[in-house]
Amino acid sequence: MKFSDFVVAPAIRADIAADDKPSVIQEMVASLAASGAVRQEDAAGIVAAIMKREELGSTGIGRGVAVPHTKHPSVSKLIGTVGISHHGVDFDSLDGEKVHLMFLLISPPDRPADHLRALENISRQLRDDTFCRFLKQAHSTSEIQQLLDESDTHQFGS
Amino acid sequence: MPDTTAIRTITLVNPQGFHARPAHRFMQLASGFQADVQIIKGNETINGKSILDLLTLGAQNGTTLTLQARGDDAQAAVDALAQLVENGFGEMNEQ
Repeated sequence: MKFSDFVVAPAIRADIAADDKPSVIQEMVASLAASGAVRQEDAAGIVAAIMKREELGSTGIGRGVAVPHTKHPSVSKLIGTVGISHHGVDFDSLDGEKVHLMFLLISPPDRPADHLRALENISRQLRDDTFCRFLKQAHSTSEIQQLLDESDTHQFGS
Repeated sequence: MPDTTAIRTITLVNPQGFHARPAHRFMQLASGFQADVQIIKGNETINGKSILDLLTLGAQNGTTLTLQARGDDAQAAVDALAQLVENGFGEMNEQ
């Protein structure tokens, strides 16, 4: 699975303003709603579901990366967005570090395999230090989009 | 120092596969052992003490993996980790 298969381009955020976990998740879901990828009336329920998942254990998986996610019946296919925080977000990460890169995923309840493939793609690409560093330094959505496209066409290592 | 290696084939039985929470639990358990822990899937070998590495497996329910540990407590590590996986990471009742 490629980034272009699930990342909703108009919902990408190059400079996340919020600096605590609930507000960041709200900001990213609002961005998906504004792009039309999820309905406005579903946004609050999606945010609540993602926060409930975070209570089971932070999705801040280390290296300044978090993958907040949930299953939600309002989506018919896996969708997601990318947010960059330049000042860093306290995400209760497993390694205690602040989070700068967030990949938020919403998947239909009956599609666990798609969710796994998205996590596989994200983690595989993020093992590449160059990709990780460039993403953290990106200052515009078009820059992020370009990095994701380059990653999709394997211009960063494997 | 004796170089003890333990190896076992494991199958993912939980419906959701090796997603983020199982990866976290596996990493935590593996990190408690001194032995190096690796998972082999096809021609790929990953570090069992790294969540990022574990997530790259993208391993679904029913996937068979090779679990390998090397070090003094290798056998104990493989036994404990195989049990975690084969008990479905404690999430067998989740949909």
